[in-house]
Amino acid sequence: MRAYWAIISARFRMLLQYRAAAMAGLTTQIFWGIIRVMIFSAFYASSSTRQPMSHSEVITYIWLGQAFFAMLPWSLDSDIREMIRSGTVVYELLRPLDLYTTWFCRAIAMRGASTALRAVPIFVVAGIFFGLRPPPAIGAGIGWAFAMLGALMLGAAITNLITISLLWTISGQGMARLMPACVWVLSGSIIPLPLFPDWAQATLNFLPFRDLVDTPYRLYMGHIPPQYAIYVLAHQAVWTAALVLLGRWLLARGTRRLVVHGG
Amino acid sequence: MPQIAVENLVKTFRVSERVPGTWGAVRGLVARKYREAHALEDISFSIEPGELVGYVGPNGAGKSTTIKVLSGILVPDSGRCEILDRVPWKDRVAHVRDIGVVFGQRTQLWWDLPVIESFDLLKDIYRIPDKAYYQTREELIYLLDLKPLFDTPVRQLSLGQRMRCDLAASLLHSPPILFLDEPTIGLDAISKLSVRAFIRRLNRERGVTVILTTHDMDDIEALCTRVILIGQGRILSDGTLDDLRASVTTERRLIVDLMEEDGDVTDPDAEVINREGTRIHLRFYPDRISPANLIGRIASKHAVRDLFVENPPIEEIIASLYKKVGR
Repeated sequence: MRAYWAIISARFRMLLQYRAAAMAGLTTQIFWGIIRVMIFSAFYASSSTRQPMSHSEVITYIWLGQAFFAMLPWSLDSDIREMIRSGTVVYELLRPLDLYTTWFCRAIAMRGASTALRAVPIFVVAGIFFGLRPPPAIGAGIGWAFAMLGALMLGAAITNLITISLLWTISGQGMARLMPACVWVLSGSIIPLPLFPDWAQATLNFLPFRDLVDTPYRLYMGHIPPQYAIYVLAHQAVWTAALVLLGRWLLARGTRRLVVHGG
Repeated sequence: MPQIAVENLVKTFRVSERVPGTWGAVRGLVARKYREAHALEDISFSIEPGELVGYVGPNGAGKSTTIKVLSGILVPDSGRCEILDRVPWKDRVAHVRDIGVVFGQRTQLWWDLPVIESFDLLKDIYRIPDKAYYQTREELIYLLDLKPLFDTPVRQLSLGQRMRCDLAASLLHSPPILFLDEPTIGLDAISKLSVRAFIRRLNRERGVTVILTTHDMDDIEALCTRVILIGQGRILSDGTLDDLRASVTTERRLIVDLMEEDGDVTDPDAEVINREGTRIHLRFYPDRISPANLIGRIASKHAVRDLFVENPPIEEIIASLYKKVGR
């Protein structure tokens, strides 16, 4: 355990150095947040039918999305891509560690570090100026906190799948383009999932992506009552376990056919 | 019971081939052609504890592939391999605790971290107890003169400095077996000497078994008691360096630097093979004429500034061995 913890903390410390990137990300996130709020405000102003979410709930949903944008598993670990491209990945296999867990830890550190740098300032700015509301009850806040932890794990499992696909594709370009589309749309980070048409709800409910954004944020707002948090967490846990098993199986196959070029 | 036992190891890579040109690229989308690359064909050897073995051969001979199989990174197609009674690729995690590996062309240190932090991270990864870690680290710092490099991020190290740090990193967990894949590649003369001195010491004083691959004949000459020569995935010879040389040729080279160009250097027992200005390369066979006699005869006829005797370079030995086995 200590070994994996050391990897997480070393990666975390390393990634915290990228302050310029965090500043740029922060500004972009706030800018896009304002635009998205304006778009949804326009929709709500021009619609007379009752929507499944109130206008103020949508605004909070959007700002949470902006604050935790970096936690979404839409990109891969570029260091591992470099390792696989250059062959340095052999050293990863020379450590007395389980490779899947090692990469899982790196994914947690990657998502965690970039979120840590962005989330707090956006919370403060959006809370003061742009209508991000605190959770209505302590229960909602606690349910949300657990669901976010679950989302981090689920996100790391998905990130790992993208990373493992590198063992076949090397460049990872295909996955790097496909994943954002999937993750952004299906998780609710572009349009809140309750606003999707009814026929899409069953599919969205089944897929793991909503547990990254939609269900944790709705727990936060009390849109999903705290007593249902357990179902959200169970859905997350089952999907995380399934994706971890899939990732392990793929990695075992991938390393067996591994060809380390050069040197 | 040998420490490392390898029998009939075979490894084939499937390499996708593309017909050149645009049409070839289009065809490659539909039906890809694969070529079989035989990296290892029937490799067998065994190594006892404390041996220092040179594993040599030309580029693409299968040296690195062997090292990667022995390290548990690659899974061979067939054959047996047991190191310390374990099969490397089946029991990878336990196996890698007992080996140290350095790939000369790649670093295992974290690029952005200072050297000392990389070491500390390895301590946690290998779960080395505090006392053992600090003791080993101090020894390695002393032997490899690492003190001045400690706080430098790895990306700022020179190649020679990086190699010394990489050697230390591979030994922090005190493995009884060390694999070195081209540890002196690209190093300057001084760094090569210090790396060699360190490897020799490690082997003699600690009894660490070392397998090293190299293209540098001087590495072999300075270090190895045994040389395994491999070519196109097969073992061509296995024995002492002198055995290897003798099996090919007993030839020696005499290189003479003359004071001035004063005509041809001739001798009935030596043959001029090359001449560049005042430098002349002669080939002779010590079983026909002793080096001392030959030098005496040449020095009496010419004004000699300098001269030295050499063995033919490893490339030539390997090349002639290839010819001998009919490749």
